[in-house]
Amino acid sequence: MGNVWALARREVQSYFSSPVAYVVLALFIFLFGYFFSDYLFVFFERSMGRGGFGRPAETLNLNQDLIRFLFLTTSVVLLFLIPMLTMRSFAEEIRSGTIELLLTSPLTDFQIVLGKFLGALALYGAMLALTSLHMAILFFFGDPEWKPLLVGYLGMLLLGAAFIAFGLLFSSLTRNQIVAGFLTFATFLFLWLIEYAESWAGPASGFVTYLSVTKHLEEFAKGVIDSRDVVYYVSFVAFGLFLSKQSLESLRWRG
Amino acid sequence: MIEVTGVTKEFGRVRAVDGITFEVAKGEVLGFLGPNGAGKTTTMRILTGFLPATKGRTVVAGHDITAEPLEAKRKIGYLPESPPLYPEMTVFDYLDFAARIKGVPRERRKARVEEAMDRCSIGDVRGKLTGKLSKGYRQRVGLAQALVHEPEVLILDEPTAGLDPKQIHETRTLIRSFGGDHTVVLSTHILPEVVMTCDRVAIICKGAVVAQGTTASLIERFREREHLSVSVDGPESEVRNTLLSQEGVVDAEAVRREGSEVTYRLTLAPGADVRRALAARLVAAGHSLLGLHQEGTTLEEVYLRVVSSEEPGAVP
Repeated sequence: MGNVWALARREVQSYFSSPVAYVVLALFIFLFGYFFSDYLFVFFERSMGRGGFGRPAETLNLNQDLIRFLFLTTSVVLLFLIPMLTMRSFAEEIRSGTIELLLTSPLTDFQIVLGKFLGALALYGAMLALTSLHMAILFFFGDPEWKPLLVGYLGMLLLGAAFIAFGLLFSSLTRNQIVAGFLTFATFLFLWLIEYAESWAGPASGFVTYLSVTKHLEEFAKGVIDSRDVVYYVSFVAFGLFLSKQSLESLRWRG
Repeated sequence: MIEVTGVTKEFGRVRAVDGITFEVAKGEVLGFLGPNGAGKTTTMRILTGFLPATKGRTVVAGHDITAEPLEAKRKIGYLPESPPLYPEMTVFDYLDFAARIKGVPRERRKARVEEAMDRCSIGDVRGKLTGKLSKGYRQRVGLAQALVHEPEVLILDEPTAGLDPKQIHETRTLIRSFGGDHTVVLSTHILPEVVMTCDRVAIICKGAVVAQGTTASLIERFREREHLSVSVDGPESEVRNTLLSQEGVVDAEAVRREGSEVTYRLTLAPGADVRRALAARLVAAGHSLLGLHQEGTTLEEVYLRVVSSEEPGAVP
């Protein structure tokens, strides 16, 4: 386990010794801040009865009418930010030859994948941690409930973990970071868009929408833990890590 | 320490390594000699467990590389052809990372990193980023990485490629010093390197070991005809007859004339050493013997003969 930790630590250091971590963190916090202030403004207007169309003042709930939408919107932002985090993880090692060091060290293929995964997850965790500043503002001026909020964060963490696991897979398939990043993004985009399959998939729509990676965040965002969603994300992560391990193994055969 | 039995590696239809068999004893330095593309790197990658062999068995320090990869890899230090450095890490951090993933216990880690840096004389660049180092330093950091977990076996793929003459000399001295404590396999296409650093040589050509043994035994085995060069002061035809009358001398040819001194190149029957008898005979015949020099076969001749032969199997 010690060497998995060493791999994860090196991964995080490498994020911070290149512009990647800074660019992704800055972009994330900018977009999150933008949506936060935008939704806060709408929330404010509606609760004051100035929402337009002469609607009366509404009694709104911070959790359901602000935080929920914030999480759902953030999940879409992650569609293109996570590929930026994961695209270099294996591709760069394959390109530069350092993968030879990892594959000839006394490490199992799964330990290598796990180390990379935990490293990326740690940086993603730092991204989420930054958003606690915005939440602190809500707690300071309002009184949101903290339990549904934590559930929302759990959902965000699971969603991110699922994205990262598949990001690693695509990164291990190529020595070209750009190709890895693009494949990851295209796949996530597809997994997001099939949420709208109801309109065309007919009888299969239940199944197809179940596959949608962002759809499963909805209950979490409301503060509800549904075991179906947990199972979905956990198996998504496990499957992604398994495929990454297989892909790493095949690297030896591909030579 | 290393046993390789009938190892074959195929990439699709291409057979890169074809039934290689060899052994390396503990503390020995074995040199893989062969032209580029002969299968040296592939063989080394199989030895280190980076590539699985299509067929055959590789046992390193008592552990089969496919059955017990982790145990075997713990005993192997490997320097690939280009040192596997992370350019954004400092030398110290990089070696510390290498020690961690190779399972050096926490309490010995710092001492091991210091020792490896010391051994490869890179202490002065410990705080520099590996991406900013010169080629010579990069190579030495790569070597330190291979040494950091005190492996019993060191596998070095062209350790002197791309270095300047001074660095080459230093690296060879360093490798030479590993022998005894470590079992070393190194690859090269440079002949003098093998003579200088290795106890034993395996010549690889077209994916097969075409000859192996100590440098001396290889020369012995591939010796064809010996030549003797003799300088004599005396009438040419008379001297020639005297030379040819000696048993074991097949042919005598005058190759250089300086005044009355003539140098002859004698072709000898295999295994014949006629120097003493010939000297006595010339003196007895009243000629002045000015020089006598036995020309041995060099490893270079052996190498060229072996790698340029059409059928690797046909070589004795």
